[in-house]
Amino acid sequence: MIPLSHYLILGAILFALSMVGIFLNRKNVVILLMAIELLLLAVNMNFVAFSHYLQDLSGQVFVFFILTVAAAESAIGLAIIIVLFRSRRSINVEDLDSLKG
Amino acid sequence: MSFDFQAILPELFVFTVASIVLVVDLYLPAERRGISYGLSLVALAGGAMLAAAGFGGQPEITLNGMFIDDAFADLVKAAVCLVTLVVFVYSRDYAAQRGFYQGEYFVLGLYSVVGMMVIASANNMLVLYMGLELMSLCLYALVAFQRDSSLATEAAMKYFVLGALGSGMLLYGMSILYGLTGTLDIGALREAVAKQSPDNLALVLGLVFVLVSLAFKLGTVPFHMWVPDVYHGAPTSSTMLVGAAPKIAGLAMIIRLLVGGLEDLHLLWRDMLIVLSVLSIGIGNLIAIAQVNFKRMLAYSAISHMGFMLLGVLAGTTNGYSSALFYSLVYAVSSMGAFGMIVLLSRAGFEADLLDDLTGLNRRHPWYAFLLLLLMVSMAGVPPTIGFFAKLSVIQAVVEADLVWLAVLAVLFAVVGAFYYLRVIKIMYFDAPVEEPRPVEAAAGLRFVISTNACAMVLLLPFIGPIQEVCIRAIESLAR
Repeated sequence: MIPLSHYLILGAILFALSMVGIFLNRKNVVILLMAIELLLLAVNMNFVAFSHYLQDLSGQVFVFFILTVAAAESAIGLAIIIVLFRSRRSINVEDLDSLKG
Repeated sequence: MSFDFQAILPELFVFTVASIVLVVDLYLPAERRGISYGLSLVALAGGAMLAAAGFGGQPEITLNGMFIDDAFADLVKAAVCLVTLVVFVYSRDYAAQRGFYQGEYFVLGLYSVVGMMVIASANNMLVLYMGLELMSLCLYALVAFQRDSSLATEAAMKYFVLGALGSGMLLYGMSILYGLTGTLDIGALREAVAKQSPDNLALVLGLVFVLVSLAFKLGTVPFHMWVPDVYHGAPTSSTMLVGAAPKIAGLAMIIRLLVGGLEDLHLLWRDMLIVLSVLSIGIGNLIAIAQVNFKRMLAYSAISHMGFMLLGVLAGTTNGYSSALFYSLVYAVSSMGAFGMIVLLSRAGFEADLLDDLTGLNRRHPWYAFLLLLLMVSMAGVPPTIGFFAKLSVIQAVVEADLVWLAVLAVLFAVVGAFYYLRVIKIMYFDAPVEEPRPVEAAAGLRFVISTNACAMVLLLPFIGPIQEVCIRAIESLAR
């Protein structure tokens, strides 16, 4: 039996990894999208672990909703990336610098 | 099983009409697009009326405890619908001139309104999250709506990444709260939190994550990076949609989560909110001075206004919450007017979004210069406008909560902020116009709406008492 804390630590590590991915990534916007996906999966890990620990189903129901929303979110994200590529011919994070002031 | 469709009627109505617009618009030729536009206005007007009709009834929890219908929810829903209605009226010609006058624009706007309405009525963290995502996903798409504009797509990308990050933070916080209390229901969360000791570090961790995500969504310093870029890059019609109604929805989220669920931790989140609001008011007002782009200046002004709104929330009293609600309503109306003025002065192929574009506006269009003067004076908080009374009521709430130093600081920064609002007035009235006067192309309806919108800053003065009374009643209806 794996204790709850192991799952929570795994969730926290995934969460931290995705944060690092979002803030340190200077190359490709698609990697940002992957990091966001990882963020949501880290949360799912937490919810499932707590749900099992508390013997309460609502946490697992929440996970299904998060998965669905994550799919919708990446659809929108990819759509924006396509529009971005059409107008700039690049999806480098560093090229996203025309708005400042 | 309790299923009361009466309670969710406003959402159902807006959602149904939005779906009808989605389908009907497919079969409409471009020159009949007015039908989609008209139907969208009907959806919003109907939603506002249905919500307002329910105002003052007994608070009711329905749909298996997922959904709460109280006076607060009704007020927020009616306000969100009305604000978006006016924004749609502003956007039509603007969108038509730039080639994105399409049914999808209105459909996405309507669905985001449904999301905001769901937030206002959420009694469960899952419902709150779903409402938030419905709102945000539509807004990301709306910011990117002008596909040929490279600024707009960049703004959308930034908004999307930081918005998704904010949602992720909220979820992480919710998962911790769920683990500690074993419930997603906000009422049950409140009871469970009351039993926990406030020194519980895990509870504080959950609270911090929730608070950070709320700060992201409202755009308060230090989580404000997206606000100026999105306001600047997005087409002005979408800026209005992002900048007006979602601020009211953001306050509703704070009221539902922090006040409804975590009020027993008030002393903890009060200190965090103090930091957020002081930084927002200070940095927002200072950086706004350096802006040459009017939309960017309004973005920094939005940041400082959100700081002021948080002042009311952190006071933690009924008066405080109701003054924050009043502040968010006043802010939504005045920011809508300011962006509406940019829409009015723009024309096909020209965007009046630089401060220089306002030079000598008084000689060219004295009436519009006067309207913008009213809006700026109200945003700066100079009497006799409703902006002054909004600021007065939040500062009163802060003083009542024995935070006099905070009130003094807020007033000082408001004076700093007055500088850049007055600079707009100086540019309009005292600088010589550089270009030949040319007639404003806007339709009569748009001119009428913007005149009403700006004049409301003064004309609403006699009704301040009743409006504040309504806000207090809305806050008192919360089950606390």
